[in-house]
Amino acid sequence: MKFVTAIIKSFKLDDVREALSALGVSGMTVTEVKGFGRQKGQTEIYRGAEYTTNMVPKLKVEVACASDLADRVVEAIQQAANTGAIGDGKIFVFELGQAVRIRTGETDSVAL
Amino acid sequence: MKFTHAMTALGVGLMTTAPALATGPIKAPTAEQMATMVNKGDTSWMLISSALVLMMSIPALALFYGGLVRTKNMLSLLMQVFMVVSIAALVWVSWGYTLAFTSGGPFVGGFGKLFLQGVDATTVAATFSNNVYIPEYAFVAFQMTFACITPALIVGAFAERIKFTPLMLFVVAWLTLVYFPIAHMVWYWAGPDFLADTVVKDAAGVLISQDAGYLWGKGALDFAGGTVVHINAGIAGLVGCIIVGKRIGFGKEATPPHSLTMTMIGAALLWVGWFGFNAGSNLEANGVTALAFINTFVATAAAAVSWAIVEQLRHGRPSLLGAVSGAVAGLVAITPASGYAAPMTAIILGLIVSPICYVFVSTVKNALKYDDTLDVFGIHCVGGIVGAIGTAIVADPSLGGQGFFDYTVFPAAVGTYDMGGQLITQIKAVLITLGWSGGVSAILFYALKLTIGLRPSDDAEREGLDLSEHGERAYNY
Repeated sequence: MKFVTAIIKSFKLDDVREALSALGVSGMTVTEVKGFGRQKGQTEIYRGAEYTTNMVPKLKVEVACASDLADRVVEAIQQAANTGAIGDGKIFVFELGQAVRIRTGETDSVAL
Repeated sequence: MKFTHAMTALGVGLMTTAPALATGPIKAPTAEQMATMVNKGDTSWMLISSALVLMMSIPALALFYGGLVRTKNMLSLLMQVFMVVSIAALVWVSWGYTLAFTSGGPFVGGFGKLFLQGVDATTVAATFSNNVYIPEYAFVAFQMTFACITPALIVGAFAERIKFTPLMLFVVAWLTLVYFPIAHMVWYWAGPDFLADTVVKDAAGVLISQDAGYLWGKGALDFAGGTVVHINAGIAGLVGCIIVGKRIGFGKEATPPHSLTMTMIGAALLWVGWFGFNAGSNLEANGVTALAFINTFVATAAAAVSWAIVEQLRHGRPSLLGAVSGAVAGLVAITPASGYAAPMTAIILGLIVSPICYVFVSTVKNALKYDDTLDVFGIHCVGGIVGAIGTAIVADPSLGGQGFFDYTVFPAAVGTYDMGGQLITQIKAVLITLGWSGGVSAILFYALKLTIGLRPSDDAEREGLDLSEHGERAYNY
């Protein structure tokens, strides 16, 4: 099993969810996050006081999937979240050791 | 100033209803005669105005200020404003009204109406027109709302870093030693039917009243409280923020407003309430009241527009905070001039005040590095000074202004307007207020700082005053 974490632009969430649903991915976790990469921050001005915010708001999408599905999941996210501009985000893939469905106690691929 | 209009209306009415007065205004009327000179329209307007001005402090000012602080200090601002208003109301009826609005010396009133003794439903207060009175309770209530909002304005200067109890003690002392004397100096006088009898010639041959506040006697014009309220509170705020000290992390941590939505709601309610503040300050419901109303409307609009233009030119993006800050600066600037200016000169005053306040809140504050959290000095004091000095110009009848009424004669007559002389008088009034309020406030803040302390511990300040001072959060979600 693989655990895929993607940092994406907030407005791309629906595109990513649709692309993953089309692959048969049946669940995901989404978190509002802040961070920075190559994209510059924004400048906010309050009564002349300038604040440069280096941390840009993004969404973190986490998906657990079977190992043979991982490449297609990564590809789907990469295509769905792509705008071609700096700040589109990153995708990280991890090995997933174990999964348990809390309600039934089922484990691993059955639990995904 | 509104004497002519009032008398025209009064004369017509009197033909049919009160023939005893038809021969002309009565000098120094008796209590029984004054009781017949009260008008239900004026009384209604003054009570409505009083409620409008209360709305300016709660919730308007509390929301305007609260939206500008960080989430962890929101509730502390709401609580400070709410309790300042409540305490000021009690202090006002106990010893404030008598110190501000009874005959005493030129600098402070006497104790004749301590705890409102002698005031009842039949007593009356003078207006600015001969033989026009309002119920004294209406006057006490209207002026009470001014005593409530003025100290509440100060709390913005040292927001996010003040202990609650010392602040409340400061408010009681400041009202007593600063607000009541300044209000007496600027606003107390014997009234249009009595002043002429109190006038004597001084050594230089100038007519002076024996029964008027010091600055009123000098002819300082302050229609609704530019000096008494805004300069007074603004300088106290500046002194306070310097003595209290900067917030932890000032200049290093970002402290953006937590809710400009709240701030916009607060500013908009301030604008609405300010009609009571300015137009109500005419103490009657007549043409000059309507003039003060429309001036308050258009000067504010002009100042909101000019602040937005300044930001568009300077930063390329006009901000909501800029627009509402401009509106408040415009309200402050038109306050002393509201009953004297004409709508077009009021607009010019509004257009001018925003760029000046903008320079103070952005450039001057950053250069001098004082932490006036919510720009009480930059907007209220600076805007108040622009308004106080501008009043001398816009009041000039040659510019469409109302001029002034000479109450040293009976009945009151239009005085000869001297813009140069009036400018000097206005500047003197500004300087006296800055000196008195700044000096006494400094003594009070230092006394509290050296005894019970003004600041919470560093940990408490970092945690936020909502939890550390009040044990509550503004938001639970």
